[in-house]
Amino acid sequence: MAAVTQSRDIYFLKEQARAVRVEILRMLAQAGSGHTGGSLSSADIATALYFYKMRHRPDDPKWPERDRFVLSKGHAAPLLYTVLALTGYFDKSLLNTLRKIRSPLQGHPSSKMLPGIEVSTGSLGQGLSIANGMALGLKLDRNPARVYCLLGDGETQEGQVWEAAMTASHYFLDNLCAIVDLNELQIDGRCSDVMKIEPVPDKWKAFGWHIFEIDGHDMEQIVDALDEAEKIKGKPSVILARTIKGKGVSFFEGKVEYHGIVPTKEELELALKELAGNGE
Amino acid sequence: MGSRPEESVVKGKESGVDFFGQAVATRDAYGAALLDLGTRNECVVVLDADLSGSTKTAKFAKAFPERFFNMGIAEQDMMATAGGLSLVGKIPFASTFAVFASGRAWDQIRQTICYSNLNVKIVATHAGITVGEDGASHQALEDMALMRAIPHMTVITPCDGFETKQVIDAIAEYDGPVYVRLGRAKVPSVMPAGYRFQIGKAYKFHIGRDANIIANGIMVSEALKAKEMLLQKGMDVGVINMPTIKPLDTEALLEAASNSKLIVTAEEHSIVGGLGSAVAEFLSENHPVSIKRIGTKDTFGGSGKPEELLKIHGLTAEEIVKTVMTNV
Repeated sequence: MAAVTQSRDIYFLKEQARAVRVEILRMLAQAGSGHTGGSLSSADIATALYFYKMRHRPDDPKWPERDRFVLSKGHAAPLLYTVLALTGYFDKSLLNTLRKIRSPLQGHPSSKMLPGIEVSTGSLGQGLSIANGMALGLKLDRNPARVYCLLGDGETQEGQVWEAAMTASHYFLDNLCAIVDLNELQIDGRCSDVMKIEPVPDKWKAFGWHIFEIDGHDMEQIVDALDEAEKIKGKPSVILARTIKGKGVSFFEGKVEYHGIVPTKEELELALKELAGNGE
Repeated sequence: MGSRPEESVVKGKESGVDFFGQAVATRDAYGAALLDLGTRNECVVVLDADLSGSTKTAKFAKAFPERFFNMGIAEQDMMATAGGLSLVGKIPFASTFAVFASGRAWDQIRQTICYSNLNVKIVATHAGITVGEDGASHQALEDMALMRAIPHMTVITPCDGFETKQVIDAIAEYDGPVYVRLGRAKVPSVMPAGYRFQIGKAYKFHIGRDANIIANGIMVSEALKAKEMLLQKGMDVGVINMPTIKPLDTEALLEAASNSKLIVTAEEHSIVGGLGSAVAEFLSENHPVSIKRIGTKDTFGGSGKPEELLKIHGLTAEEIVKTVMTNV
């Protein structure tokens, strides 16, 4: 397996994000089920982490000084599998086995079946606590590694997220950076209709976090926020990324029904054409 | 049938930190064991949810403040945070009362700790009705059932201070999730000199010809009393301490069931899902014999003195004697 090529070059990262989206759509169409919308909305963020920010070694997934990534919104598993495959953790052909019997690519991430997955997730609201535990342990060991945790916005309706938000602040976890994918949609509709989560920035501020508010599809803003977050000392950072569910495919964008529905064969062809046309 | 092992109930002998011969609450033995473990193993970290004075983790907290994390009244966060600590090589011990540990944080234990097979030790105190005056809200009678149902989980209920100390040392050496069930009230010393706890191993005090009692926790001492009372009536009744209910010591169960037609289980827990269920599940499939379960009968506890509650719920040597006499 080739070592991961990382760069801060925005053009490079945008190209990677495009490739990530192509693989997500292909694997979901092949699988016949899975979470399209939330995988696409987080695609630019995950690309920035794996192709630029995180110190990691795909050929040595247990390297003690690696930065950790916890996918708290476990249903975006297709995104995680894609960035892991494209950075060289395992062969890309495995992506075709998503959700199939005995595949290591389970419907939600299973850490014991695939290299590069730090912990199994899927039941929402638990990832930030796990990330806190990692950050506490790394600090005890004076290990310079950082911990990144990606949450969904609907997920923040889980009370445990706010227990964890208190903990990170109480223990001054400045080696932790949370990212909330604010795509404003959840299974039953708009977050504001199902269970209001706003004002999001005020909530995180009130819990003692340093906040960054960005456009979660603007690669420049993403990498800037990730760089700045590293400089914040004495408190945890959260990047509040406003995104569009289904981003990258015009007919999926902002559509609540594409939370858990995959593209048909025809939709896949159209989507891939659109993505091919988006090159700069 | 083998010869009868040496007399087992030893009392009044002081031998320092191993709690041999001492009547102590198992939570007190835990507090001391954890402190001792912390001195020897730097990887050990401890989490508590605002009950460190009661769970006795406060001793560790005082000695190793940098390795102790008070998580506040937030058990779900505590369990998943413990999972995170284990993922960077720590050996986290997470403690709170058994009702909250097993019930409040069940999904965190299932999804984060057990599904990922993380090396987290959940040591829950104040299990069972001997919690006493606090009443039903604080008396876990379902925790073994809840924990036993989760794949990868090991479930242990020690019976005295001497065994508790050994359990804590043993689980620190074992790689994987473990749930340990401890009590609030002082319990008599039960296990004999030279006893060595092993995960998944029962201790056979005696194998009887008329009946065999499988017990754990505080019911081991009651079972031993019942055995003596039944001996007065001319009956040969065995007692097995089954501290690990998952994985069960099935060899010990087969030996007991091969030697007597009646098995009585005794536990300070609901008869639904705990030791009695585990024993019945195994024996009914592998060596069917008559089985009677002593435990709380699908009911909540209540306020009162521990000894009053034990009597009301039939968790006494007298009840064991009656059960054996009427069913043998």
